[in-house]
Amino acid sequence: MARFLLWRLLSTVPVMLTVLVVIFLLLHLGPGDPAATLAGDNATPEQIASIRARLHLDQPLIVQFAIYLRQVLSFDLGVSVFSNRPVTTLILQRAEPTLMLATTTTLLSVIVAVPAGIYAAKRVGRFGDYVVMGLSAIAFSVPVFVLGYLLMQSFAISLRWLPVQGYRPLSAGLMACLTSLTLPTLALTCLFAALVARITRATMLDVLAQDYIRTARAKGAGRFRILIVHALKNIGVPVVTVVGTSFAALLGGVVVTESVFNIPGAGRLTVEAILTRDYPVVQGVMLVFAVILVGVNLLVDLSYTLFDPRIRHGGAR
Amino acid sequence: MKRGYSFPMVFGGTVIAATLLCALLAPMILGYSDDIVMTRSMRAPGAEYWFGTDNLGRDIFVRTLSGARNSVIVGIGVAGLTLLIGTAFGLLAGYFNRLDGAIMRMMDGLMAIPGVLLAIALAAILGSGLYTVVIAIAAPEIPRTARLVRSVVLTIREMPFVAAAISVGSSTPKILLRHILPNAMPALMVQATFVCASAILTEAVLSFLGVGTSPDIPSWGNVMAGGRQFFRVAPWVILFPGIFLSIFVLAINLFGDALRERGDPMLSGRRA
Repeated sequence: MARFLLWRLLSTVPVMLTVLVVIFLLLHLGPGDPAATLAGDNATPEQIASIRARLHLDQPLIVQFAIYLRQVLSFDLGVSVFSNRPVTTLILQRAEPTLMLATTTTLLSVIVAVPAGIYAAKRVGRFGDYVVMGLSAIAFSVPVFVLGYLLMQSFAISLRWLPVQGYRPLSAGLMACLTSLTLPTLALTCLFAALVARITRATMLDVLAQDYIRTARAKGAGRFRILIVHALKNIGVPVVTVVGTSFAALLGGVVVTESVFNIPGAGRLTVEAILTRDYPVVQGVMLVFAVILVGVNLLVDLSYTLFDPRIRHGGAR
Repeated sequence: MKRGYSFPMVFGGTVIAATLLCALLAPMILGYSDDIVMTRSMRAPGAEYWFGTDNLGRDIFVRTLSGARNSVIVGIGVAGLTLLIGTAFGLLAGYFNRLDGAIMRMMDGLMAIPGVLLAIALAAILGSGLYTVVIAIAAPEIPRTARLVRSVVLTIREMPFVAAAISVGSSTPKILLRHILPNAMPALMVQATFVCASAILTEAVLSFLGVGTSPDIPSWGNVMAGGRQFFRVAPWVILFPGIFLSIFVLAINLFGDALRERGDPMLSGRRA
């Protein structure tokens, strides 16, 4: 168990290193001088020179990366070119709406999609299966922002049931906050739940094809008992995996949804930063999102040890 | 295994064929007659302008049809580029143990950044041409393809026919391309459909957020992005291209699903 933990923790090091290299190199990918890119179109040569010196852009690439690495390891993500404030502060200020949206979406998706996926697997090749899979294929094919605008048009503008845009913070009360998040959550859930339902169905089909299910059936266990007692117990690992692997899509969806509904979260911050060419902020948010993603996948792997005793006892491949 | 043509396959195939036809023919039939005519701006959909007009008086029907072309180019371009690079990495990682660790850790790292975010950042930095957008969307898709190819290679390279090819002195590139790669083709074709579908969606998102192709290159995403500010008064500017895009993406996804469910004919032929 301890060995598994340690090994798994160590395996994130090369991954994070690659992430840092990619994010670091982003700035150097563009055409021309990165200092000029950072300074913007109307910068004077003096401003460009000062940025170059401040960000050590006159040093060799390797030295620059070393400096960047040291900064990141001390939780310093640099300073916004646009507002001159530390990127970490900016991100923390914008964290609450994003966290709330991600949480409500994940919860709602799991509640809707996992039973739907199990149901589809149980009715595989029949009408119920086609309905679930058809709906998920549709939800999967509509851009999140189109869905967002459709929801906004019907529930906020025509029916006036819910606020059109904006976000009420938790400090304004839980209900106010949740009301402001209802439409964004619904829009994002369609995308996320479609993914989760698909993978749940596929993994459930795998589980139902296992030998122990056949054994249970041979022993005369009822269809319902097989599903609940024998199959469901073994679907814990796959479902957690599903949520983990779809999390990247969720984070991407958050960026779009926040823009549609004008929610001042980390995703909106990224889009604003990209439109104002504020690259330190862009790099900062990307890094934070990558850390969250790697962290979620780490938790997913660790949760295997809870669900699957074989891994706990050192049987990890 | 099913051999007949299921509904998703027929529906998907028909829609894809129709859209490709549109993409090819629309510019020829319509010209690029999406001229700016201020006197007819913001018309609601009706007999004269089927899909209405936008704030600059451009006919949304014409723009939707001509937008198909660039959206399709992005979809096919991204699928092609992703498959090419992803397959190369996958073959190398799967066949050469020494390269495996390094390549796959690199792919893991690339996968750890949310794809849309990476695409947005790349598109913003590389600029707003059609080809830069293709590159920006392709980059985050490469790791999944590489993983897929690698997993196929890992099983295939243990097969007797590979040992046989080595023993008769086939060169390594020949073994990889002639003997191993064909076995990955069915899975790759399915993968291509999904990459194509998701690329078209991502292009729309990039345009919508303002980092996609420039407004004079109409794509579905682009047309919708134009309607963003006027959504409350002219929802049709987003609605119609949105419906077209969704149906096309749905068709590709269904086609891909059907392709996968038919099983891989090449492998099953060999197993028999």
